[in-house]
Amino acid sequence: MDHPTNASAFVADEERTHWHDKALWFVRSKRDKAVHSVPEWEELRAAASQVKLHTMSQLDHYLEEFERNATKLGVHVHWAVDGDEHNRIVYSILEKHKVRHVAKSKSMLTEECHLNPYLEAHGIEITDTDLGEWIVQLRGETPSHIVLPAIHIKKEEVGQLFHEKIGTDEGASDPKYLTEASRHALRKKFAQAQAGITGVNFAIAETGGFVVCTNEGNADLGTSLPPVHIACMGIEKIIPRAKDLGVFLRILARSATGQPITTYSTHFHGPMRGGELHVVLLDNGRSKLLGEEKYRRSLNCIRCGACMNTCPVYRRSGGHSYETTVPGPIGSILAPSKDAAEFYTLPFACSLCGSCSDVCPVKIDLHHQLLHWRGDIAQRRILPWRKRMEMKLGSRVLRHTWLFRIAGGVGRWLLPKLPRFLVYNRLNSWGKQREMPPMAKRSFRAMYQDRKRGE
Amino acid sequence: MSSKSQILKSIRRNAPPAAELPPLAGTGIEYPDPTAQFIDVLTAIGGTVVQAENTAAIGQHLETLDVYRDATRVLSTIDGVGKSNVDLDAINDPKELMNLDIAILPGELAVAENGAVWTLPGKLKHRVAYYLAEHLMLVVPADRVVSNMHLAYREIDFTNPQYGTFISGPSKTADIEQSLVIGAQGPRSTVVYLLS
Repeated sequence: MDHPTNASAFVADEERTHWHDKALWFVRSKRDKAVHSVPEWEELRAAASQVKLHTMSQLDHYLEEFERNATKLGVHVHWAVDGDEHNRIVYSILEKHKVRHVAKSKSMLTEECHLNPYLEAHGIEITDTDLGEWIVQLRGETPSHIVLPAIHIKKEEVGQLFHEKIGTDEGASDPKYLTEASRHALRKKFAQAQAGITGVNFAIAETGGFVVCTNEGNADLGTSLPPVHIACMGIEKIIPRAKDLGVFLRILARSATGQPITTYSTHFHGPMRGGELHVVLLDNGRSKLLGEEKYRRSLNCIRCGACMNTCPVYRRSGGHSYETTVPGPIGSILAPSKDAAEFYTLPFACSLCGSCSDVCPVKIDLHHQLLHWRGDIAQRRILPWRKRMEMKLGSRVLRHTWLFRIAGGVGRWLLPKLPRFLVYNRLNSWGKQREMPPMAKRSFRAMYQDRKRGE
Repeated sequence: MSSKSQILKSIRRNAPPAAELPPLAGTGIEYPDPTAQFIDVLTAIGGTVVQAENTAAIGQHLETLDVYRDATRVLSTIDGVGKSNVDLDAINDPKELMNLDIAILPGELAVAENGAVWTLPGKLKHRVAYYLAEHLMLVVPADRVVSNMHLAYREIDFTNPQYGTFISGPSKTADIEQSLVIGAQGPRSTVVYLLS
C-alpha cells in the first residue's frame, strides 16, 4: 500500500476534503471543551499512563488473575494466538448453539480479525448494530475511524443507501429520519439475534469482569436479549483494579467525542440469567510488541480516536487511505510493527507536529514513535531506492558546510534561469502541487556577515 | 503447547521493566452542590431530572408526560410508583418486552460530573428492560449523589461483583454527519427522579 497515492485520490475532491477536515475538527473542539472542564486532567493522564505501564509490566499475572476470577463467575475464557484462531473459537461457540443470526456491537478487534467475512462464509448472518458500523457494513466497506466509523460518508449518501436497503423515502437525508428508520430495522435484528458479540473496553483482573461502552445501547440490547454473549478482547485491555475504571471512564469519552461519559458503560460480571458468557483473549502480535522498547507504549492505547481527530494528515486524507483497521497516528505505529515493508509509508504520513501526543489521554509518545519508525524503516532498507538516494544526497549536503554553500550558490544562480520543465518534473515531488519559492538573491550567511560588519 | 501457555510465554519473554501501580488515593473534583451539577450535566446531554419529595410526587410528574399518559405497556418495580401492567416474572422470553413503552426502575447512585446513574439491571429477571423501554425513568435516592467517578467506585461493592451499568441520559448517536440524534437503539428519553 502507498499512503501518498491513496491520499491523492482523497484530496482530489477538494470540497469533500474540507468537509471531512471540518467534521473531525468539530469533534476535536468538543474534546477540548470537555477536557478543560476537568481541573485534574493532567493528573488523570499521568495516572492512566502509569496504570497501563504497570499492567504491561505484569501482563501475564493480570491475565491469569482475570481468567481465574472470570471463571469463578461462570465465564468461559478462551485464548487465541492469532486472528484465525480467534475466528475459529467464535464460530465453534456459535455452531454449538446452532446460531444463525448474530448482533454485534462495535469492536475494532473483530475488524482486525476479519470476523464478519469468516462467519458469513459459514452461513451466519452478522449485523453490526452500531449505526455507523451498520452503515459501512451495508456499503460493503470497513470503518474509516475507530470511534466514528462512517465519518467519511455524507448524509445524502446514507439516505440513498437506506432507500435501497431498507426502503426509506427517496431523497430523504435528514439524520433524525434516517436514524429513526435504522432504529426500527436494527430492533428487528436484535429480536432475531440468537447471540451477541461485543468488544471490550476494559477488563478488570481483580473482579473477572469487563466494561463495554456505547452511546446507542446496542451492546446492551445485543447481550441482554439472546442468551449467548461472546466478548472479544485484545490482551492489552486488562486493568488491575475496579477503581482504575474511575480514571479510564473519566478520560475515554471526553477524549473521544467530548462527552462527559458514554451513555452506557456496562460492567459484565458473569453470564446473564440462564445464559452463557465467553471471553476470547487475543494476542495477534501484541505480546511481541510488548518486547519492543521503542513501540511498546502503543499498547497503552484505549482506542479513543483523539489522535485521529487532531491529526492534520488524517483529517485531510481520510481513514481509508491508511488501509489498516486502526488508521491515523496510532495506526501508523501499530501497522508497521506487524508488517513494516507493507506499511512503510504510514510513519511518513505525519508532519511531526506532535498534536497527537498532546491529546493522547494515556500519554503515548506518538510522534516520537513515528519518528523512530522512520529511522527503523530507513535502516532496514525498506524505503524505495529513489527516496534512499534523496536522503543520502540530502544528508551529505547538510553535513558538509562547503558542499551546502556551493549547492546554495548554484541553486540561486541556476534555478531562475532554467526552463520550467527542468524544475517541475517527476523528480521534484515538492513542486507537484505548489510553486517553488522565489530564489533569494543572496544567502542568509552573506546577509548575516554584512550585518555583523556594519555593527 | 496450548495457546494460553504460548501467549503467556511470549509475554514473559517480552516483559517490560517493572513499573509501579499508582495508588489512586486522590478524590478528583468535588462540587459544592453535587445535585445542582448533576442536574446541569444531565440536562445538557438530553436527560431530565426531577427532585421528588415522595413517591406521590413522582406519580404526579409522570401524569404530566405525554409519553406516560399514552403508554400501553408500563413496567414499574418501584413500590407505589406508576400504573405497572407488566409482570417481569411472568415473562420467559425477554423478546416479549420488545414493545415496552415505559420502564420505571431503580438507580443506585448518581454522578454529578457526567450525569450518569449507576444501575443494577442484573437484579431484574430481564435486565433488558433498562435498554428496551421506549422511555426510561430512574428513581435514585436524593442523598446518593456523588461528585465524580472516583467517589462512585468507592460506593460500588465489587466483593460480590454483579452486572451493572452507568446510564447517562437517553440513548443517542451522531453517526450520520455528526448530527446528534436522541433515541438511537435504546430509550428515547430518560427522566431521573431524585427521591428524598
